[in-house]
Amino acid sequence: MAIKEVSIGDIGARSAAAEQEFHGDQMMINIGPSHPATHGVLRLRVELDGETVTGCDPVIGYLHRGDEKIAENMTYNQFVPYTDRLDYIGPIHNNITFALAVEKLAGLETPERCQAIRLICCELARLQSHLLGCGVYGMDCGALTVFMYTFTEREKLYTLIEQLTGARFTTSYARIGGVARDIPDGWLGNVLKVMNELEPVIEEIDKLLSRNRIFWDRTVDVGVVSKEEAIAYGLSGPNLRASGVAMDLRKDAPYLGYENYDFDVPIGTNGDCYDRWMVRLEEMRQSVRLIRQAVEKMPEGPWYAEDAKKIFAPPKDKVLSSMEELIQNFMIVTEGPQMPPGEVYFEAENPKGTLGFFIVSKGGGVPYRMKIRSPSFCNLSILPKMVPGHIVPDIPVLLGSLDFVLGECDR
Amino acid sequence: MNTRTQTIEEAHPYITERESADWPAYNCPQENVVELLRYLKDEQDFDFLSDLTAIDHFDTRPRFEVVYHVYSTERHEYLRVVTPCSGEADPVCPSVVDLWATADWHEREAFDMFGIQFEGHPDLRRILMWDSYPYHPLRKEFPLAGKEVEFPDEDLVEATGKTVEPAPMMGGPFHASHTGSMVDREPRADDESWNEHNERRDTPGEEPGPPRELRGKH
Repeated sequence: MAIKEVSIGDIGARSAAAEQEFHGDQMMINIGPSHPATHGVLRLRVELDGETVTGCDPVIGYLHRGDEKIAENMTYNQFVPYTDRLDYIGPIHNNITFALAVEKLAGLETPERCQAIRLICCELARLQSHLLGCGVYGMDCGALTVFMYTFTEREKLYTLIEQLTGARFTTSYARIGGVARDIPDGWLGNVLKVMNELEPVIEEIDKLLSRNRIFWDRTVDVGVVSKEEAIAYGLSGPNLRASGVAMDLRKDAPYLGYENYDFDVPIGTNGDCYDRWMVRLEEMRQSVRLIRQAVEKMPEGPWYAEDAKKIFAPPKDKVLSSMEELIQNFMIVTEGPQMPPGEVYFEAENPKGTLGFFIVSKGGGVPYRMKIRSPSFCNLSILPKMVPGHIVPDIPVLLGSLDFVLGECDR
Repeated sequence: MNTRTQTIEEAHPYITERESADWPAYNCPQENVVELLRYLKDEQDFDFLSDLTAIDHFDTRPRFEVVYHVYSTERHEYLRVVTPCSGEADPVCPSVVDLWATADWHEREAFDMFGIQFEGHPDLRRILMWDSYPYHPLRKEFPLAGKEVEFPDEDLVEATGKTVEPAPMMGGPFHASHTGSMVDREPRADDESWNEHNERRDTPGEEPGPPRELRGKH
């Protein structure tokens, strides 16, 4: 009986060949554009080696409307409804960011009351966005209950927005130089009431998931983005802060008088999916805190820039009773708010990250060029770097943790 | 800030101040722009590329300019750098992907929308429009209503044996199917008569790019 001698090298080569045979070639799969895990119309071309992702190529543009082209062809006020459709999870914030950008071009300061109203709107939008973001993120990780809690609260916020603007979703509330109308009677009381109901729910969500073992397994050390990577890829908002970069434009370059309010900016340490969850959760608490302060010290006075005769169309009752205001209204509606020529870039801390408007004006009521720097676009650009190395079931968790919206990404 | 702008200006004598309504802004010749941005990033702490985009000036030369907005996460300041593109029909600009990874998608978008070739970009292809789309929609001669494109995707045409006629405003898998002409449903889109910069366009010195054409059926 002869025993065949085999060397270690042979065994290695043979097992490698068997492995190769077992795994076969790498496989390309397509996720989206219409898939519940992609939160919209994101399409991913994913290269797989077994269950492990080895490459990821996001394909975007399925929701491209050409907003920048449209903006070049209409007056500033006419573009406000289009900004609703950018980040449609918290549309009112986009209205206000756009108005602030144009006001910066005009060198216009809005009165204190207007700023306080806008600040409440911005924080309501942040709550709307984060409630949805956290709710669906829970669903992406397999925790369906959280979504029910967050959506119940979100509905109340929509009711508030409806009382204020007349629309639940497409608010179009901001105007260049002010807002569409003053707050209705009793609205601030309703806001406080909703905040009182919302706060315990945030704690409940926290209890449901933040110490949940399954949730930990799905999110801790998954999708780690280092500080340097986050800056290089232009991440912003909660995603950037979860990676440990203390960048919040509300603190760094305050607008709307944010410097007069007390609030904290939560910062993550690991930059993984769990930190992104925790940052959003804490931001909701801070938003409630901000809204309470703003309601408490809501100043009296004008709610639009009364001096800006060529920019803000006066309220309807004045238009119908005074000749001068009728002319003013006519000129603004037909010609648009009159802007000086110049270039201006303004960014604000939107719920999803920093939304920026770069406006090139040659004077008149229509921008010559307007670029929208959308946070979701930049946040998604990290996917080719972030997804490889994870397994397929991690993909929904990663996408959920980035909390993007394609309406803004594709513009 | 004043001393900082002075330092930047002294270190780079080729840059000139650019008119700006907010942050400091510089015009920089194309051959030096990568060097300048690297200096700003490494030595002046402008570590965050907020935005990269382009402007089409249409009737002034140079026609295309690329605009960079850099931000300092330490000092909370912005800076705008603008560089002209060489070439008229096929503008060219150096890529800054090596400096900031986020420039990858921004440059792809500028290529898609304006047709600017970024030299040194690892993977310059369209990002918002589909790959076989023939136009660059944010160029000023491109009409708001869009242009009919016969073949949305060569693969699709090969597989289905059909030709589809989408236009930019009605593309995408989630748009309702259409019957009849787009202009009937979106009459505003074809009416650019009231638009200020169209009036100026009636008397051009020299017309770059293809002439404006109304869509065939109308």
